[in-house]
Amino acid sequence: MSISRRHMLLLLPAAALAWKHVLAGTPESSPNYTMSQHWWGMLIDLTKCIGCGNCVRGCQAENEVPDGYFRTWVERYHVLDYDIENPHVDSPDGGKKGFPPTKEEGGKNFFVPKLCNHCADSPCTQVCPVGATFISPDGVVLIDKKYCLGCRYCVQACPYGCRFINPGSNTAEKCTLCYHRITKGLTTACCESCPTGARQLADLKNPNDPIHEFLKTHSVQVLKPYMATHSKVFYNGLDGSVR
Amino acid sequence: MSGVEGFMYPNEVELQWSVLIVLYPFLTGLVAGAFILASLERVFQVQAVKPTYRLALLTALAFLLVAPLPLQLHLGHPERSYEMYLTPHSTSAMAMFGFVYLWYLMAVLVLEIWLDYRRDIVVLSQSGPGWKRWIYRIMTLGSSNISEGALKVDDRVGFTVTLIGIPSAFLLHGYVGFIFGSVKANPWWSSPLMPVVFIFSAMVSGIAAVMLLYMLMMWARRQKIDMRCVDTVASYLFYIFIIDFSLEMLDLIHRIYEADESFRSLDFMVHTKLYVSHIVVQIVLGTVVPIALLALTQVLKLGEMARKRIYVLAGCLTLVGIFAMRWNVVIGGQLFSKSFLGYTTYKMGLVTREGLLVAIVLTILPLVILWVLVKLLPPWPEKDSGVLPDAAPVN
Amino acid sequence: MQSFKDSEHLLRLAAVFVVGIVVFLVIRGFLVPKSFGEYGHYRGDAISDVAAKPVNFAGHEMCEACHSDVFDKKKDGKHAHVNCEACHGPQAKHADDPASVQPPKLDTAKLCARCHEANAAKPKTFPQVVSADHSSGMPCDTCHQPHSPAIASADTGGAK
Repeated sequence: MSISRRHMLLLLPAAALAWKHVLAGTPESSPNYTMSQHWWGMLIDLTKCIGCGNCVRGCQAENEVPDGYFRTWVERYHVLDYDIENPHVDSPDGGKKGFPPTKEEGGKNFFVPKLCNHCADSPCTQVCPVGATFISPDGVVLIDKKYCLGCRYCVQACPYGCRFINPGSNTAEKCTLCYHRITKGLTTACCESCPTGARQLADLKNPNDPIHEFLKTHSVQVLKPYMATHSKVFYNGLDGSVR
Repeated sequence: MSGVEGFMYPNEVELQWSVLIVLYPFLTGLVAGAFILASLERVFQVQAVKPTYRLALLTALAFLLVAPLPLQLHLGHPERSYEMYLTPHSTSAMAMFGFVYLWYLMAVLVLEIWLDYRRDIVVLSQSGPGWKRWIYRIMTLGSSNISEGALKVDDRVGFTVTLIGIPSAFLLHGYVGFIFGSVKANPWWSSPLMPVVFIFSAMVSGIAAVMLLYMLMMWARRQKIDMRCVDTVASYLFYIFIIDFSLEMLDLIHRIYEADESFRSLDFMVHTKLYVSHIVVQIVLGTVVPIALLALTQVLKLGEMARKRIYVLAGCLTLVGIFAMRWNVVIGGQLFSKSFLGYTTYKMGLVTREGLLVAIVLTILPLVILWVLVKLLPPWPEKDSGVLPDAAPVN
Repeated sequence: MQSFKDSEHLLRLAAVFVVGIVVFLVIRGFLVPKSFGEYGHYRGDAISDVAAKPVNFAGHEMCEACHSDVFDKKKDGKHAHVNCEACHGPQAKHADDPASVQPPKLDTAKLCARCHEANAAKPKTFPQVVSADHSSGMPCDTCHQPHSPAIASADTGGAK
């Protein structure tokens, strides 16, 4: 991702123009964003996650997530030998302040960041009684805050526990894949904050997106595949013990 | 994190659906069950339960009028609830609520009550104190035709309405079971049996409620309880209870036998967090004991006093047990983590919008409304102090 | 006709129902949001509502536009792919008005530990230390320059 100075001079005016619209919050004027050209997902490389919690903090800072609720969070797993049915899992305050240091406890230890999986076949949009949550034409599951009744059915229907009710607005809330950023050519706050590149935004419709090569050369999984939600968050190095 | 044992996904710690969502299926269950009892007489010609016919309809109406209240109080934005009528999402069972409710209220219950009471309404619109007369006049919709022919028409249409009303009652309560039963994310709820169990437990609770209310009202008016009626109602309660219990045992045995991924977590939950509400209250006190008591009355020849006492005890225990069943489904389904690695605690508020006090008020409110309805539309006019002519409903 | 007279009350009731349905449909026509159904069973404007939120993270490309010197220092070191705001936090307001909004100086004693404090769950290949043993409480930038953390030596010529 290194850019030469010359390149930078060319990008600068375009960036400045986009920046004006970014700050003004007027996406219609976002240069050249057509929904049908994108199909968003994410790639999470568990071999790289260090559990620093930057993503959780970054998400909170970007999206004004209330304390005690999480649009994204990190879990730490401790698996003893072959007993993958009984991992010890913790997520202190969602991993927001990182994890307390532990000495080597034997067995296997690793971190798993989680977020909304932006399922192509999402059970949460299926159960909404009024159409307040939906998948956008570019593959992002969003919530219409002005229309949501706060019935909480979608929160019950999500198998991954990624939804919550915002106590301020009394409506459902969850990760939006930083839709307000990705439609302006930026990456999500969590990916921007991740120091190791464990989280990478992916545009599955873009043939040049590095995810395609990655998927070809690595074994990846999704969470709870038996739920058949067609999750679009892919995990590299996902252990069988992960719930 | 307070109240959490083991691991829960961070957003799961707080329960989403409170005691009001426990109350809602309990109330609509009473509606459906009371209506089924009424239909026993109207459609299945069980003459013995006739004295409870009108009372059952009024009970159903009283509870149906209160039923949307716990839902409104629970919503984050109750002022937007009309959206369910504007843009119902066809893939959502919950979206059906508005239409099923309206259909059942207007096209079944209110229609049937109107048709059955029409003669009394017309008579009352022409007699009685001034201000009350206006209420009855509005209810007549301007027509005062209570000739033999008109009443015959009412009777036939009423029969059809009741006939349609039976599957409508199943729909009114069955869809609630489907709301839970169709959530694949939650193994405590996800089951094709869920709507069926809900319907049968609804019938049990509705029949028990009407039986108790009938006995209570007769006692309050110092009138003789028709034992043939109560015995018949109790026997229906007994039969349907057996079916309900069998269904719940089937679900339990199936879970234990298959012992899928969720089983250990759920089993532990039932033995610890839900021990009192599930094993003690729902199963033992709320199902086994009432069934045993009712079986006694079926098998032994007991005196009237003994039977009455048993019916009251069994009826009360049944209602408590069915409420506990709703509690165990709704609250129980939220106490365990979808990671199957932990549990949380339900912190029920006392005076909050979704708290215990509100739940108690909403349980009592239908009884208050029923009292008003009974005053407005007397179920047993022939037993009142001669205000009406001999007004036994036409068969 | 007698039979009509006998059913007349039902027709009155039916009329009440029909009027009710018509009134409902008329009201519905006014209340359903105009953009509903544009892309699916939801309010089409909701998409632009979500997209209209202002950003708080500027994105590393925006930082590099002005801070090219730091970028040069970073690009050959181990922190080349650590984005600026991963440590400095959201700086969109600063990028918008650099003069009046200044990011605070970071406290390396706490900051670096978040990533580099030893933890059994971190990948074994990731550089991590037990800070008490490694630096006994000294702030990390005593020896390491965060933008190019390798310790200065005659060959690399980086750091400090």
